[in-house]
Amino acid sequence: MAQKTIEYTVGRNPEMGPGGLPTASPLEPFDIPEPQLGSEHMLINIGPQHPATHGVLRLVCELDGETVLNVTPHIGFLHSSFEKLGEYRTWNQIVPLTDRMDYLAPLIYNCAYVMAVEKLLGIEVTERCKVVRVILMELDRIFGHLLWLGTTAIDVGAFTPFLYTFEERERIYRMHEGYTGARITTSATRVGGMMADLPEGWIGELEHFLDTFPRTLAEVHRLLTNNQILIGRTQGVGAIGPEDAVNYGFTGPNLRASGVAYDVRKDNPYYDYETYDFEVPIGENGDCYDRYLVRMEEMNQSVSILRQAIDRLPDGPINNPDPAVSLPSKTDCMSDMESMIHHFKLITEGIKGPPGDCYYPVEASKGELGMYLVSDGGPKPVRWRVRPPSFVNISVINKLAQGHLIADLIMINASLDIVLGEIDR
Amino acid sequence: MDALQPVSGIAGFIASVAKVVLVFAGVMLTVAYMTLAERRVSAWIQDRIGPNRVGPFGLLQPIADGLKNLLKEETLPAKSSKLFFLMGPMIALMPALVTFAVIPFAAPLPTHWGVVDMVVADVPIGILYILAITSLGVYGLVLGGWASNNKYALLGGMRASAQMVSYEVALGLSVVAVLILAGNVTLTQVVWQQQQLHFWFAFPLSLAFILFLASAYAETNRLPFDMPEAESELVAGYHTEYSGMKYAMFPMAEYANMVTSSALMATLFLGGWDLPGSWDNMFWYHGQLISGFAANGSVILAHPALWKTLLTFVAFAIKTAFFLVVYIWVRWTLPRFRYDQVMALGWKVLLPTGLGYVMLIAGATLVLDQLGLPWGFTYGLILTVLSGLATAGFLVFLDRGHTIFGAAAARDQKTIVRHRAGVPAQAGD
Repeated sequence: MAQKTIEYTVGRNPEMGPGGLPTASPLEPFDIPEPQLGSEHMLINIGPQHPATHGVLRLVCELDGETVLNVTPHIGFLHSSFEKLGEYRTWNQIVPLTDRMDYLAPLIYNCAYVMAVEKLLGIEVTERCKVVRVILMELDRIFGHLLWLGTTAIDVGAFTPFLYTFEERERIYRMHEGYTGARITTSATRVGGMMADLPEGWIGELEHFLDTFPRTLAEVHRLLTNNQILIGRTQGVGAIGPEDAVNYGFTGPNLRASGVAYDVRKDNPYYDYETYDFEVPIGENGDCYDRYLVRMEEMNQSVSILRQAIDRLPDGPINNPDPAVSLPSKTDCMSDMESMIHHFKLITEGIKGPPGDCYYPVEASKGELGMYLVSDGGPKPVRWRVRPPSFVNISVINKLAQGHLIADLIMINASLDIVLGEIDR
Repeated sequence: MDALQPVSGIAGFIASVAKVVLVFAGVMLTVAYMTLAERRVSAWIQDRIGPNRVGPFGLLQPIADGLKNLLKEETLPAKSSKLFFLMGPMIALMPALVTFAVIPFAAPLPTHWGVVDMVVADVPIGILYILAITSLGVYGLVLGGWASNNKYALLGGMRASAQMVSYEVALGLSVVAVLILAGNVTLTQVVWQQQQLHFWFAFPLSLAFILFLASAYAETNRLPFDMPEAESELVAGYHTEYSGMKYAMFPMAEYANMVTSSALMATLFLGGWDLPGSWDNMFWYHGQLISGFAANGSVILAHPALWKTLLTFVAFAIKTAFFLVVYIWVRWTLPRFRYDQVMALGWKVLLPTGLGYVMLIAGATLVLDQLGLPWGFTYGLILTVLSGLATAGFLVFLDRGHTIFGAAAARDQKTIVRHRAGVPAQAGD
């Protein structure tokens, strides 16, 4: 049978990585032989319906006994054509598509998308809006990491931490619902602002969450972090060095676990992240255990960022007052001629800006989430492309899992923290 | 007063039948309510409520579950090996139920027709019978897994057999230590010797107790050793293709095994039905029911009574329930080992430790017997101290500083490196 060989060479981005120097270290060719029927090796399908594939990922594994020889990830079961659909929608109509990509941390996607649009169209947002978006993004970083923590615990056989983390997730769901009316498909952002200001008492609820959540986290720490079994299952499993991690395009906690302290919030700050006092945890071995530790610490750091953001949350309008960007209030539309005209023009024509393209990266819970937009000056994007962290991270699973046991493959898959909505898009 | 005689003839037959029925019903009832207990205790551990809708406090839930499983459609995979597919659950369940026959569960009961031993069959090969029969249960898992014609099930069955082979050895070795002290494989005699030693064997044989506990978890395929059905890896392992009552028989076998091994642990290490004090000591010695020996070597006759039987049965039930709760507790607290780690633990840790410990106990008993120390409290105390040292050494070695002294926490500190704004990113800084 034919061999599928995809060769591509990626140099190092000088802004990224150790030393900052571009190195000529091309990727190994991505070379997975087609499995043969009738051989000594067993071919086993993990997924798309399997308790541990976190969605509809299908891993075709070639096993020798229980040792993994090759893993071929098959994706696309959740393909929804979001990027193409976006080309037929106005800027604001695309927002609901974004939270369906990473339904585990939807607000980060909402925010990242409108931030890219605002950069492209040259729209400023108010200070309050910036801080609110930081709050929402950090809250959903905890939200995404909590899901990873719970499912990882289940994948190593510890069921109880899963329910502890989902208890906390439930509280974040309720906060989502309190603000946006939806638990998963939040669609919270609009170009130039938010869909609404924070409701009364929401910040108080968040503060209560921040007071109690670290206790739950500490409890899970006690259950897992020093557990001999978990250590045995994760240390030295699926290790990847900093060179390889950079070359494979790892970002986020997966990259930092390998010892590369690259975090978009620090290295390419947006929304005044440089003024927040927080630390970026990095690992040194790049194995599953370091990825675990890095994410556990990131949740603590997010709590710290959230506290600082609550302290500095300014008063004032949340939306850009420019009538060509933000919708007027319903009352104004009914009583004021000017407002009604603005409303009509915004709805029928959409927001227009200069032609051009832009790339806007933010630090999502799973890595660097980039939004690339091309505009011809009209109210819709000509091309909308997402740089998905999970999609890049899952591509390395064959390299990580080769030679390990099938139980390690499950652990590696869990530690990469993927979400299929975003991989398949 | 006439010497007490065991029941015989027709009355003995009727008593035997009654015991078989009662023990079977008791074990099955415990199995049914273990499923409820597991769900309620896990719910309690996990901040949930658990099943509480069917009957008061959900007490009828096991019956509802049983009815559901009986009424469910039985599926038969098209390409399965049908005979073995059907035999799998039966073979798994039967050994789990018959092993209970040799476990004494209370002090002998005096009746009008004679004294009834509270054990279904006090066979002279006691523990050997248990070791032989429990090993058969794995055939059900292997056959079921193989006959399903499913790769996950096959892997589960393979894991089950490998795990059984590995841990049977460690289990056997830890039992050998008990047998050295008891001097016999009959379980009634194991109980009797613990009464005479004034120590339950969990103390003078603490390391054997720990080894037996770990091996029993592996034998019953419970977390952290539930390799054969590891749901995050093998979906449901060997019973992936089973449904309805055929499926239900596998969990029933697992729970029955848990009940049997808990009862066995209670008997071997916690004195069985024994309660502190010598008032309940009873043993058939040369045709006489005795409670001990006087200083001059003559026997002291025992006085069995209904209340003693009931009280000792409650003691036995509590000890068994204790181990069952620990089973549940461990399952909902710990992560799962990896397959090769389970093998390594069995062959590289438990087996050599068990072997060394048997040597230690054998040597210690030899020395104590040579010194002429009588079988009693001092004898037990010396062994307790010796075993306590061995256990402490074993635990420290096994832990290697992880859980007790927190070496992983030190690594945690090292891993989290501070990275402030404005400092350029450096690898490994």
